[in-house]
Amino acid sequence: MENEVKLAAGTMVTFAIAVSALVILPYIQVRDVKPPEGLKPYTSAELRGRSVYIANGCVYCHSQQPRSESFAPDAKRGWGRASVPGDYVYDKPHLLGSMRTGPDLMNIGVRQPSKDWHLGHLYQPRAYVPGSIMPSYPYLFEVKDKAEPGEEALNLPPGTAPAGKVVVARPEMLDLVQYLLSLKREYPVLPPEPHEAAGARTPSAPPAGKPASAS
Amino acid sequence: MDSAILSLLGAFLLSIIGLFGFIWSLRKGLLVENPKAASAIFASGEIGHIDDPALGHAGQKRLQAAAAEPGDSAHPPDAREIADRVAADRSSAFPVFMFIAFACMWLLFGGIAGLTASLKLHWPDWLVSEAWMTFGRIRTVHLTAVLYGWITNAELGVIIWLMPRLLRTPLIGPMWIMLGGALVNVAIASGIGAIGAGWTDGMEYLEMPWQIGIFFAAGMVCIIGPVLYTLVNRKAESLYVTTWYHTAGLLWITLLFIVGKMPGVHFGVQQAAMNWWYGHNVLGLWFTPVAVGAIYYFLPKIIARPIRSYNLSILGFWTLAFFYAQVGGHHLVGGPVPGWLVTLSIVQSMMMIIPVLAFSINMGLTMKGRMRLGAYSPTLRFMMFGGLMYLLSSLQGSFEALRSVQAVTHFTHFTVAHAHLGAYGFVTMVLFGAIYFMMPRILNWEWPFPRLISWHFWLAAVGILIYFVGLSYGGWLQGLAMLDASRPFMDSVAVTIPWLQWRSVGGALMVASHLVFVGHFLAMALRFGPDRAGAALFSTQPKARELAHGE
Repeated sequence: MENEVKLAAGTMVTFAIAVSALVILPYIQVRDVKPPEGLKPYTSAELRGRSVYIANGCVYCHSQQPRSESFAPDAKRGWGRASVPGDYVYDKPHLLGSMRTGPDLMNIGVRQPSKDWHLGHLYQPRAYVPGSIMPSYPYLFEVKDKAEPGEEALNLPPGTAPAGKVVVARPEMLDLVQYLLSLKREYPVLPPEPHEAAGARTPSAPPAGKPASAS
Repeated sequence: MDSAILSLLGAFLLSIIGLFGFIWSLRKGLLVENPKAASAIFASGEIGHIDDPALGHAGQKRLQAAAAEPGDSAHPPDAREIADRVAADRSSAFPVFMFIAFACMWLLFGGIAGLTASLKLHWPDWLVSEAWMTFGRIRTVHLTAVLYGWITNAELGVIIWLMPRLLRTPLIGPMWIMLGGALVNVAIASGIGAIGAGWTDGMEYLEMPWQIGIFFAAGMVCIIGPVLYTLVNRKAESLYVTTWYHTAGLLWITLLFIVGKMPGVHFGVQQAAMNWWYGHNVLGLWFTPVAVGAIYYFLPKIIARPIRSYNLSILGFWTLAFFYAQVGGHHLVGGPVPGWLVTLSIVQSMMMIIPVLAFSINMGLTMKGRMRLGAYSPTLRFMMFGGLMYLLSSLQGSFEALRSVQAVTHFTHFTVAHAHLGAYGFVTMVLFGAIYFMMPRILNWEWPFPRLISWHFWLAAVGILIYFVGLSYGGWLQGLAMLDASRPFMDSVAVTIPWLQWRSVGGALMVASHLVFVGHFLAMALRFGPDRAGAALFSTQPKARELAHGE
């Protein structure tokens, strides 16, 4: 019997240590994180758009976690300052991502504030970014002869829409674009701990240490 | 002092203390060798009698001749112990067949989904008209089908088959295991359907909606119960190292899954930390221990020599249990998570070198002077290939966790290549070998076309090597391009295209190997080919077939 007890106890102890270190301690550390003043909760349209983003697996190619200058030139690419835990308080589930097959989207709303651009780009990415390997999303659009009242035909580059037809975004696509446009983490944040401040204090990032103000 | 250094020191000390604590409590005589425990997988007098059920009569003779060493006894193994083993095999045959059949189906399906996703990355306008076809969903369908469908089912099959053998006890409660297997597969099928339809929990490796996850967890509980009950009621005196790995793996995956899927608990950055703790532990505490345990059984069994050092294998077990459970945080390097968490994970990633070396040295010494036996036995070749890939992928993983390496490789295809080296080059290849060994015993029927086993091996091995080399190189170029702020982002996409195409070539070979494998499996299950069942049974026991099936 000695062996089984060792086996069960030992595996549970190592497991418990790992849960404490990687699940419970982070929970304790970030549970009291307050949302930064500049961060608004998502509107219901944005939340619907977020669920479209999740359902179609955008996260598998796009991260949402710009890193500090000491790590990668994310800020120089216009992806924004290094993110902090407070930026994610409204994110459920988190969408930090693990791949950058495409660019980081944490601040896509700052970089591309045009709704038309997003709609057209999602209809046919290669009409806007030559060489892009992003899928097109025709199933989130409708191609018809003419837009109905209340609908808006897309402004597409010449030759993108089928000849003689117009392209209209479906409601879930409009929600998705709402969500993408809402991705703006321009507001300044206090660095969470001195260690990370070193990276945040860079020319292109907002001044660190300045008290947060509503932006 | 810098908090990073403090946490590093703390993690290091904790690791060392934990390690020594376990070693001390387990084995007071660590340096004394333990050949008796290492021989637990053999019946009395069986050492020296090779065992590869996937070989025909002639093949077994050749392997036996090649494996013969001075001092081997010519006596057949103890008949009573063999009869016990036949009874153990018979008790588990039905549930194991179910798991393997499901696994084969998911392998074929998941492989095709993976190839589709791979092609989509360089043909972005291919198959875009329907939502379920989009890259983000097909890729996830692939992941769920191969990780939960293929690897999990196949590993459950291996565990259920080896457990009664190693415990020398018929399996207790096979009906519960069948019920558990049905629940697990219902969950996998529904999870894949849900993902295709756009219903997902949205976290990598945890996409299956938690409502469906309940079925998975319930299924695992139904399986664990009989396994533990058999364990407690065993005839065998001591537990062989495979049993340690397998029992621990079963307990870990169930707890991992339950903690990871707990609805409404995790949020924001903490959820990201949990996500990667889970993501890496699926590999580290489920796929790896079961596959390592399988090698510890099948490899010595085929060549009929006990592993060189039993205590080293136990050291490997406990260091894996301790270090691997904490490595997940390195996936968030540079991210908005507490710095100490990433550092802790990087330290433990490096510490993983200990169990990997313990395993590799042990296997290296066991195989020393016997490598040529791989030429006689495709099953052994799968095991040797898998073991070597475990060493390579784990060492690569340890160094890949370092901040300096991750600066280039993080967020690139390099990580994807690494994941496939582990999940395919190592785990999947070991599972192939195990299935080739087990199936003739389960069905009491020989593999009808033995040449197909070699075809399968070479297609899969060449496929994964093309996949890994190509994608690693492409991923590295991608990382360098992303690090250079003077190059536009699109450069990092353009440099990967030829390598993404090579990945599809490698993937196509792997899918072709699956077609060969699953076709062969079906041919066997439907009893095609000549009836040569005699050779697949315990060849030194002419009566074994009667023993097995009461004919």
